[in-house]
Amino acid sequence: MKLILTGGRVVDPSLNIDAVLDISIEDGKIAGIGPDIPKEPAKSRKGMQTNVKTIHLGGMIVVPGLIDMHVHLREPGFEYKETIETGSRAAAAGGFTSVACMPNTNPVNDSRSITEFIKKKAALCGLVNVYPIAAVSIGSAGTNLTDFRDLRDAGAVGFSDDGKPVANSALMRRALEYASSISLPVISHCEDTLLSAGGVMNEGFAATELGLQGIPAIAEDVMTVRDIMIAAYTGAAVHIAHVSTAGSVDIIREAKKRGIRVTAETAPHYFTLTEESLREYDTFYKVNPPLRTKEDVAAVKEGLRDDTIDVIASDHAPHAATDKEVEFDLASSGMVGLETSLALSLSLVSDGVLTLPQLIQKMSAWPAKVLNIPKGTLRIGADADITVIDTKKTWTVDRMQFRSRSRNSPFHGRQMTGRAILTIKGGKITYSDNQDNT
Amino acid sequence: MKLAKKDLLGIQDLSVEEINLILDTAESFIEVSTREIKKVPTLRGKTIINLFLEASTRTRTSFEIAGKRLSADTINISSSTSSIVKGETLIDTAKNLEAMNPDVVVIRHSAAGAPHILAKAVKQAVINAGDGSHEHPTQALLDLMTIRSKKGKIDGLKVAICGDIAHSRVARSNIYALTKMGASVAVAGPATMMPRYIERMGVQAYSKLEEAIIDADIVMMLRIQLERQNEHIFPSLREYATYFGLNRKNISLAKKDVLVMHPGPVNRGVELAPDIADAPFSVILDQVTNGVAVRMALLYLLTGGN
Ligand SMILES: [Zn+2]
Repeated sequence: MKLILTGGRVVDPSLNIDAVLDISIEDGKIAGIGPDIPKEPAKSRKGMQTNVKTIHLGGMIVVPGLIDMHVHLREPGFEYKETIETGSRAAAAGGFTSVACMPNTNPVNDSRSITEFIKKKAALCGLVNVYPIAAVSIGSAGTNLTDFRDLRDAGAVGFSDDGKPVANSALMRRALEYASSISLPVISHCEDTLLSAGGVMNEGFAATELGLQGIPAIAEDVMTVRDIMIAAYTGAAVHIAHVSTAGSVDIIREAKKRGIRVTAETAPHYFTLTEESLREYDTFYKVNPPLRTKEDVAAVKEGLRDDTIDVIASDHAPHAATDKEVEFDLASSGMVGLETSLALSLSLVSDGVLTLPQLIQKMSAWPAKVLNIPKGTLRIGADADITVIDTKKTWTVDRMQFRSRSRNSPFHGRQMTGRAILTIKGGKITYSDNQDNT
Repeated sequence: MKLAKKDLLGIQDLSVEEINLILDTAESFIEVSTREIKKVPTLRGKTIINLFLEASTRTRTSFEIAGKRLSADTINISSSTSSIVKGETLIDTAKNLEAMNPDVVVIRHSAAGAPHILAKAVKQAVINAGDGSHEHPTQALLDLMTIRSKKGKIDGLKVAICGDIAHSRVARSNIYALTKMGASVAVAGPATMMPRYIERMGVQAYSKLEEAIIDADIVMMLRIQLERQNEHIFPSLREYATYFGLNRKNISLAKKDVLVMHPGPVNRGVELAPDIADAPFSVILDQVTNGVAVRMALLYLLTGGN
C-alpha cells in the first residue's frame, strides 16, 4: 500500500522546507518528498497494480507528526481518569503522533515492568507512539535513584518526578549527572514545595481578593535557578517543564546565553490564561504551576518567540468529575490538553508571536531533540508520522466530544481556529475528520 | 423594595443601594428582638438549612435565632469533615439539599468559594456565612449597622482594621463594605499578614499599628488564629501582643470618640489588652445583637419579602 499526499503546503523545520510539495509513503516510511511525485498507480515489474491511495490536501498544512512531550495517561492505576487507549485516541485527534507520558501513575513508573507495560499497551492500541518518562526516584519519593540504565533499555526516554518535585538537591545533582552519561534528559517540575505549601493559585491580587492561598512565582523560580546551577556545575543537561513565570523565562534565557545545557517547555494555558480566570472558583482552571498574571503570559510568549522556550507541551492532565466537582482547595490540579493544544498554539501564529515553521518546530523537531528520539522530521526513510492541519477551520470546543476519558477543559465552548484534520502514524491514518480517508 | 439577587455570596457584588436596603430592613427588625414574644410570622412555612461545614457556634446560633424569630423552620447540619472524607462531592451535597426543597441554604465552609460552587448547583437562595479567607458578608453588614447606629453615618469615617489581613474573611468583607459606603480604610499588621497588592483594594496599608490608628473613628481588631504560628507568620504571641495588640496607650492615638470592634471570639491579652474589650468604647456586644437583625433582614429579603 502506497499513500500519496498531494497539494499541501509542507512545513518541516527539520529539513528547512516550506513549500507546496507531495509526499509519498511506503511501508510506513517516507518514501519521497518533492514537487513531482507520480500520482498514477505505478505498474510493478510483474505487471501487477500497486495499491495507491492519493489524498488531495490543497490549502492544507502538512507537517511532521506532532509530539507532546508532557502528558499524563494515568494508566496504570487511575483508569477512571484516562487509559493509554483513550489518551491515544485524544492524542491522534489532536494531531499528535507521539507523546511522552509522565510516571506519576499507581504504581509509579519506576521499574522496567511498568515501562514495558506502558509500551505494550500503547503498541496494542497502535494510535500513537508512547514514550514513557520514568521516575527519577523510586516511588517518586525523592530518596533513591531508579535504575536509569535498566529503564532506558526498557524504553524510557527521560526521567522526571513530575508532580512530586525533587526537593533533595544532592539527589537532583546525581540524577542529572547519571542521566547525562546515558544521554537522556531529566525533566524538572520546578517547585519548592515549602514555598508553595497550601497554595492553590498564583499568589497575586486575584488570590488576595478571592481569599485563596497563593503559590508565589518564586516557588517555581528558586527551583529553576537551582536546577540550572546544578546543570552548569555538572555540565549535564536539564529540561525545565511547564514554565509559567516571567522570572523563570529570564533565568533560562540568561542560562542559555551562558551556554548552560538547559531546554524548556511551556503549556498552552500558560500563554493563554491568567489568574483572572479563577474569579468564579471554577476548578477547571486549577493547574500546577498555577495560571499567573498577564505580565507572566507576555514573558512566556516572549520566551517562545526568542527560543528561550524550546517546546510546547500540553501537560495533559485528565481528572474525573469527582476530582473536580469539589471545593477549590480540594480539587485536583490539571486540565486535559491533547485535543485543544494545537488550536491554542496556532493562535501564537495568528497573533504574530511565532511563524508557522517556528511553531511546528516547537511541537515536532525540538521535543524530538530533547527526548533524543528519531521523530519530528519528514526526511526520506523516517517513520511516516505526519499531521495535516487546516489552519482556517473554525470549531467550538465541546468537551462531550473529547476522545479523552476526562472532560476537565476550561476551554469548553470556546471558538477555535485551526485543527488537525488528518493524523498519520507510521503510514497509517490514526485520525481523520473525513470518513473517506479512514 | 426587594433584593434582586438569588444569593448573598459576598459584599463585593453588592451595590450601595442594596447595602442600604439591607441595613434599613435590619433596623426595622431590631424591635422584634426586644419584644416579650420575639417572633413574627413573616417566614412561616419556609425552611432554612444551616449547613455549617466549619465549626462556628456564634454565627450558626445567630442565623438560627434569626430564622426562628421569623417563624421559619431551621435545620442545622454541622460537620467538620470535608466532603472528600465522606466520599461525597460538594455538588452531591448540594443536589441532596436541593431535593429537600428548602428556601434558603446558609453555608459556612473552610474553603473559599464553596458557597459560590453551591449557589451555582442549587436553585435555592444561598447565604455565605463565611468561606475560608474570602468573605463573611453578614459580619460586614452587622459591622456597618453598628457603625451607622453609633455614628449616624459611615461616609467620611476613618476605619482601621488590624491583624492578620491575609487570612481574614472579616477584613475582606469589611474593606469592600466600608470603601463602598465612603469610609477610608487603613489596614495594619506585620508584613507576613498582609496579602499581596492589598492597596489595590482601595486601602492604606501599614506595618505599624500606631500609624493606622491615628485619628481613627473606628478600630476593628481581628482575631489571631493561634494555629497560624506554624506558618511562620508571627514569631510569638508575646511579640504579637506587644506590638500589634490594642491597649490603653495606643488607642489614645485615635479620635476621642473612637469605637473598638471585634468580630469575636476575642483572644484577651493578645489582640486586645485584657481591659479593652469591656471598655466603654467597645461595641463588641452591640455587634452581636445587630448580627441577628442583619440575618433576619437577609433571610426576609432573599425569600422575596416585601
Ligand atoms: Zn508538573
